[in-house]
Amino acid sequence: MNNATYSSLLELAAGLVILCAFVTLWRRSLSAIVRALCVQGVALGLVALVLGLHRRDVVLITVGCLVIAAKGAVIPTLLRRVLANDSLNRETSPLVNVPASLVGAGALTFLAYGATRSVVALVPTSAGRLIPLGLATLLIGFFSMVIRRKAASQIVGLLLVDNGIALVAFLATAGVPLLVELGASLDVLLVVVVLRVLAVQLWSKFAVLDLDQLQELHD
Amino acid sequence: MLTILLLAVPLATGLVAATQSWRRWVGWLCTASLGTVLILGIVLATRVVHGRAVSAFSGILRADALSAFMVIVIGAIGLLATAQSVRYLDAEISSGRGTARHATLYAVLVQGFITTMLLAVLAGNVGVMWVAVEATTIITTFLVGHRKTRGALEASWKYVIICSVGIALAFLGTVLVYLAAQHVGHGAHVSLQWTSLMSVSHHLDPGVMRLALGLLVLGYGTKVGLAPMHSWLPDAHSQAPAPVSALMSGVLLTVAFYALLRFKAICDGALGTAFPRALFVTVGLLSLIIAASLLLSQHDYKRMLAYHSVEHMGLIALGTAAGTPLAIAAVLLHILGHGLAKAVLFLASGEILLVEGSTEIDQVRALLARRPALGGIFAFGLVALLGLPPFSLFVSELNMLRAEVTVGLGWAAAISLICMAVIFGAVMSHGRHMLFGARADGEPVMRTASTVTVPLIGGLVGCAALGVLAWPLDSLLRAAAMVVVR
Repeated sequence: MNNATYSSLLELAAGLVILCAFVTLWRRSLSAIVRALCVQGVALGLVALVLGLHRRDVVLITVGCLVIAAKGAVIPTLLRRVLANDSLNRETSPLVNVPASLVGAGALTFLAYGATRSVVALVPTSAGRLIPLGLATLLIGFFSMVIRRKAASQIVGLLLVDNGIALVAFLATAGVPLLVELGASLDVLLVVVVLRVLAVQLWSKFAVLDLDQLQELHD
Repeated sequence: MLTILLLAVPLATGLVAATQSWRRWVGWLCTASLGTVLILGIVLATRVVHGRAVSAFSGILRADALSAFMVIVIGAIGLLATAQSVRYLDAEISSGRGTARHATLYAVLVQGFITTMLLAVLAGNVGVMWVAVEATTIITTFLVGHRKTRGALEASWKYVIICSVGIALAFLGTVLVYLAAQHVGHGAHVSLQWTSLMSVSHHLDPGVMRLALGLLVLGYGTKVGLAPMHSWLPDAHSQAPAPVSALMSGVLLTVAFYALLRFKAICDGALGTAFPRALFVTVGLLSLIIAASLLLSQHDYKRMLAYHSVEHMGLIALGTAAGTPLAIAAVLLHILGHGLAKAVLFLASGEILLVEGSTEIDQVRALLARRPALGGIFAFGLVALLGLPPFSLFVSELNMLRAEVTVGLGWAAAISLICMAVIFGAVMSHGRHMLFGARADGEPVMRTASTVTVPLIGGLVGCAALGVLAWPLDSLLRAAAMVVVR
């Protein structure tokens, strides 16, 4: 693959990652949000694949395929099961309305560009230029954890944070060593499983869906 | 070889516990496993105390004096907690709150928890260390929620969400350190090996490392319970079963702090000491101030102990900010002393909850008169934790303050002293309420089982011995401090 195709494919995939982050803020229906996360996971895997093909790095290509399988298929399936329990499949009362949250996400993207200047300066490649998009995805993930009140929405925010970090890792260092990468992905998968178990228990035993209902413990 | 054996012992014990239905001997087997870890840790310490390191699996596992010290901390506090777990599980089963299956699950999870903590301190690779710290979060979530009450589930939800986000930030920080290491030039191949990062630390890009250290302090700091990322801590530590609270408060926090100690050494090389020092002073003072203000109005004694951990983590962060060999040795001694005292107090509070049926400070009174053994242990534990002699926390706090003054952080030391004074007053007044008072007429003096008192008194005696005799640990502490001080 020549250089022009390589960088435009990379830009396309990384752009899709951040676009999906915006979509999760824009849509209210949780099933649409999970679809956006699924697309984001595939796009993230494509970033690794494109990088791996460009560098002829078999390990990175394998990681790309694993990411597509884990974040495009396994995690969305797990999340859909949580939603199956959730009779109210909509984020009814976010603390910030949709237009305002989109503006906020835009501001966070600018912030990400500002914060990563030193990193981009160190990696002056076509991949390095896209690093701020990873940090922006992370910040949007934080933002959505703060403004959304449903248990499932918090899991979505956590996954956005994780995808943003994975994007930075691929673009900046072409992936950390395989052992660490696998450990990290397995951990995320397990965290989602754990959260799923907890959400199901909270719902089935105490009918808790909204985090506002978690008020038992305080000072 | 020793490092592999250290990981294999709790892992194998966990597997045995998983295949057996719950019996009391399984519980004692788990205790024996921790005893073995402690002994192996001491053997390891004698091997590495003169500055050599042992490694296995081509450097993935590596133990130097600092790792050996942390293994001893894990072994000592784990031994106390597992000895007490038998009593906790007996009580759960006999009261009908838990079944034998619950007990098996608990025993397996605790051994898994110990294994992951040991892996975190024995990892030679900062990436593997990260994976191990994250794995502790996943395992302990189930231990926090073990009682399955609404409060316990709520606490585990907050715990896993907040700590996962925190640890994700630490991963980003690790990625940035790796990025900086890839660009040191000289065509040198740099890996995530801790030794390899240390050897190139002077050539790492300062801009990237500044961002990385910020993320690492935020990330691992969440697991340490440093303010402002501490909000999960009082919930999780107060809802978990007492032996688990003892392990989490006594060791897990400091295992995460161990990661920060390692990274600070790398960043000191790349950035000079000023920026890391400012960062650690900020989070340390913030933790102290928040702990002091929230301890004043506490009405739950387990939450009181939890906020007390936030205070001690703040003190450790301040000591680390000073960063002289004396300060780091004092930090390490404080890690062990605080771990022992806090474990004893959490285990005693579990026993108080069991016999008094409430975690409210107001509901517990005249412990010294009604239950002299239990009340006495609780009282001496508080004395140890408040940093009074002869306990080792007095020595370590004094040395940390001295080191802070010598490097020009006298103002921070002064603020920390004020916070400590406020906390002293608050804890004394809560403690007085629980401990003093007269027995009601005709109320008998109640005995406490010797299976409870013997290990707890052992822990307190250990803590006091460390304060009086520096001898057995002195050379290890100095060797361990030199690992992270240049």
